[in-house]
Amino acid sequence: MNSFTYTRAETVDTAIGEIKAHHTAKFIAGGTNILDLMKENVERPDHLVDITRLPLKQIETLPDGGLRLGALVTNADTAYHPEVQKRYPLLSKTILAGASAQLRNMATDGGNLFQRTRCYYFYDTATPCNKREPGSGCSAINGFNRIHAILGTSEHCIATHPSDMAVALAALEATIRVSGPNGERTLAMADFHRLPGDKPQYDNNLEAGEIVTSIDLPANGFANNYNYLKLRDRSSYAFALVSVAAALELEGDTIREARVALGGVAHMPWRKPEAEALLKGQKATKENFRKVAEALLEGAKGFGANTFKIELAPRAIVRALVMATEMKKK
Amino acid sequence: MAATTYVGKPISRVDGRAKVTGEAKYAGEFNTAGLVYGYVVSSAITKGKITKIDTSQALSIPGVLQVFTHENAPRPAHFDRSFKDDDAVAGAPLKPLYSPEIGFSMQPIALVVADTFEIARYAASLVEVEYKAEKPETDLTSKPKGHKAPKGKSGFTPPKDRGNAKKAFEMADVQFEAEYVHMPEHHNALEMFSSTVLMDEEGKLKIYDKTQSAFNSQKYITQVFGLSKDEARVVSPFVGGGFGSGLRPQYQLYLAVMAALELKRSVRVTLTRQQMFSLGHRPATLQTVSLGASEAGALQAIKHEALSETSRGEEYTEVIVNWSGSLYQCDNVKLDYYLRNLDVSTPMDMRAPGAATGVLATETAMDELSYKLGMDPLELRLLNYAEVNQLEGKPFSSKALRECYAQGAERFGWSRRNPVPRSTREGTKLIGWGMATGIWDAQQKKAAAKANLSVDGKLVVASGTADIGTGTYTAMSIIAAETLGLPIEAVTFKLGDTTLPEAPLEGGSWTVSSVGTAVQEACEAIGKKLFKLAKKLKDSPLKKAAFEDIAFADGRIQLKGNPSASVSIIETMRQTGINYIEEETTALPNFLKQMKYSRNTHSAVFVEVEVDEDLGQICVRRVVSAIAGGRVINPKTARSQILGGIVWGISMALHEESVLDHDFGRIMNHNLSEYHVPVNADIHDLEVIFVEEHDKIVNPLGAKGLGEIGLVGVAAAVGNAIYHATGKRVRDFPITLDKLL
Repeated sequence: MNSFTYTRAETVDTAIGEIKAHHTAKFIAGGTNILDLMKENVERPDHLVDITRLPLKQIETLPDGGLRLGALVTNADTAYHPEVQKRYPLLSKTILAGASAQLRNMATDGGNLFQRTRCYYFYDTATPCNKREPGSGCSAINGFNRIHAILGTSEHCIATHPSDMAVALAALEATIRVSGPNGERTLAMADFHRLPGDKPQYDNNLEAGEIVTSIDLPANGFANNYNYLKLRDRSSYAFALVSVAAALELEGDTIREARVALGGVAHMPWRKPEAEALLKGQKATKENFRKVAEALLEGAKGFGANTFKIELAPRAIVRALVMATEMKKK
Repeated sequence: MAATTYVGKPISRVDGRAKVTGEAKYAGEFNTAGLVYGYVVSSAITKGKITKIDTSQALSIPGVLQVFTHENAPRPAHFDRSFKDDDAVAGAPLKPLYSPEIGFSMQPIALVVADTFEIARYAASLVEVEYKAEKPETDLTSKPKGHKAPKGKSGFTPPKDRGNAKKAFEMADVQFEAEYVHMPEHHNALEMFSSTVLMDEEGKLKIYDKTQSAFNSQKYITQVFGLSKDEARVVSPFVGGGFGSGLRPQYQLYLAVMAALELKRSVRVTLTRQQMFSLGHRPATLQTVSLGASEAGALQAIKHEALSETSRGEEYTEVIVNWSGSLYQCDNVKLDYYLRNLDVSTPMDMRAPGAATGVLATETAMDELSYKLGMDPLELRLLNYAEVNQLEGKPFSSKALRECYAQGAERFGWSRRNPVPRSTREGTKLIGWGMATGIWDAQQKKAAAKANLSVDGKLVVASGTADIGTGTYTAMSIIAAETLGLPIEAVTFKLGDTTLPEAPLEGGSWTVSSVGTAVQEACEAIGKKLFKLAKKLKDSPLKKAAFEDIAFADGRIQLKGNPSASVSIIETMRQTGINYIEEETTALPNFLKQMKYSRNTHSAVFVEVEVDEDLGQICVRRVVSAIAGGRVINPKTARSQILGGIVWGISMALHEESVLDHDFGRIMNHNLSEYHVPVNADIHDLEVIFVEEHDKIVNPLGAKGLGEIGLVGVAAAVGNAIYHATGKRVRDFPITLDKLL
């Protein structure tokens, strides 16, 4: 870990100002990932801006019936919030499938989006990694890639985004509100993270100096028929090999709307609205679910140790949708 | 057996309160004014040479005292033999910072010493190293050829063949042969390796070390640095888990002492979790088991061949294949064990070394054979039950394995098992039942202990053994209290200090049998003195009694036939003007008695799993482990030992694996986030049954030791249950969900 300076910001504006004033400054909130990365010398910021005092700790109902999650609400407080449990149980379940109770108590909703990949090579400065050191090469492509991506990969990077929460937010079509040197703007969840392409060092589409202030959930929380199925190497405290956030709006056996987002398979939560559209007006059957799975996995490519995901993911999608269907029938 | 007050009763840990309140201090927690901190720089390559090492930037950081590298570090001893500790294997041990050569991943290449840990860690990141790297060889399976394992330390004797296994296998009605593989595992105890070296004004060292033998650490340090024992006292009151990793001194001890002597200051060096993966480990093995049987299921041939990894410098051996010559009655047996030198750190004993992996292969093969024969797996084992240990040509001192099978099967409900694989399902879950046998040694080593009974009724007992979480403090307190009939609260047991009587390495499941026997003897010696004094008392009711006629109970010496004829221990000392009685004894195994017998612990393990038919997720729902381990001193900590063994067995079957990238020769999952062991949510219903054996051959206590037997056989039983559930046999461990898709 390198030497760094530290300040604590009291307002969003000073936080943005502080970040701009330093060469390689980073925000720190829960610190559940940045501190690990600093100890491994993967991140070496010259300055940390502590944002835990910013007034972004509220969960409030929006005029359109949606719910606003302040960026600094902890994962635990979000998962156990009565409104989230009642109206967005998919989000609650997804958060609780991630990390451990101790980590969820510290980690914030905003910070969760900024988790960096758990690629073994990214974490080990003794090995080349394009995400950590652009141009040095990707060790995972021909290396040990059990946890790596099968969709949206590039020749430069096959890392996955590790967040569970982001997968549910993608399925729910959340909106991310950010502030930055040029004022406020919003990004759809689908536009927040990015694929690695030839710039794997960038995990998301934020501009320099921007900070997430809230995550806004739309009114429809798919509270009746949903599931988050996370497949991993042990029952807790392990990242997803494949995960599925599934949400359905059913009328009897007929699907009015479907959402399916995948985790553990790409550099960002993997969603394809055109695949989901295949279910619109269709019966909730395994056969139909398999079609969606096929469409979602189109173009999947394995790299050896992770090739099993091409088989596992469709099975997980079908199972998650079956379980979502069986929850409640109107 | 005579009624007891403490032995055989569930007693809570005597050090439990100290542990949960943080009062118990570990090697890296002893502080002193002026203590400085060393941080180890690890090699970024696995094989090759350092061509340039630049420490100028690190040295420029305020607070940095020195950076030791191969260019400036002292070389206190020249010969390999100086570096040989009590658990060393054949070959040349690591000599830290002696040369620019790199022989394994994360080899220590520099030590940065600074006023604070944080400065040392930061400065360590500024040491610039250039290497000439060579392609490492780390893949055991890439070239399955090795050389015959030499006769090794701690009991590895190349096993003798018997009969003609090759011919018998060819002639057998039913033949089964398969290859099994598992990857390396690292001990990963909760406590990281740490040494705090305190230097006093005379330059003498008091070293707090994480070790399974303070004496071994002292021996190593005095040999390497040319110090007298008086100049290097090693203390280790608590160890946060060892599992074998503390049997040899680790490099932080060398580096901390080296820095303390060079800088003439007190120094602490603690490894990081990542660096824990640069230490010894359970070696990967590739095994072939061939079983020949008659149609009725009688074993006619057993062939077991293992290839295991070791480092370039040292020949690490463990007992992998020998067990296959002991487990079952069979007249034709061939056992072969090969080593292959790879660019890895030297493997080390890890809980049930050799048996955990060798029995895994044998017991999986036995299960496979049972299906080929169309026989119940338990029935096959009973049919081939070994009444004598054919490998050694000796009877067992005791062997209640048959009772373990019976009680375990009864408790588990084995008789209700549908023999057909993939025959039981609950919704999308396939349910399977599997079982396996376990075996381990019951050994006794030379050990010394002393005991001091003072007139206030307090008994202080001491032996320089270790408590690595196993419950040594408690077990010894129980034995001492029982022997002298004192309340356990009156007993204090001291350990982990080279100023105490010498005890063997804390390993091999021999601590209770060895140190416990010494403790019992020391307390008995006090008892004899007490008895002599008691006879002298005026109107003593014991005047005519012999020592055999009396018993110690409730703080009194009493006649066995007539407990009311008794005298108080304290009163005896008071009235005879004795302030304290101290006795020190060295307990030796009775070799003449022991050598006529094979001395082993046994187990029968029954497992129920569920496997998701589509997704491959595995859940171990139920385990029953029946253990024949002699006399159980403390059923509470004994049960904990076995539970820990079961959990590790589940881990071995399903989770644990140090994954190497063979291009880099580097372990890539070197943290506890990616090196998976089970979490609480993975562990469900575990049940332990102790089938007691009355065995006075193993040692006077009759305790066989339970540290290792709980693990042996569990992984095989899990794998066998998975086969029964799914009809799919996985022969490379761990069995992760992708292998079942």
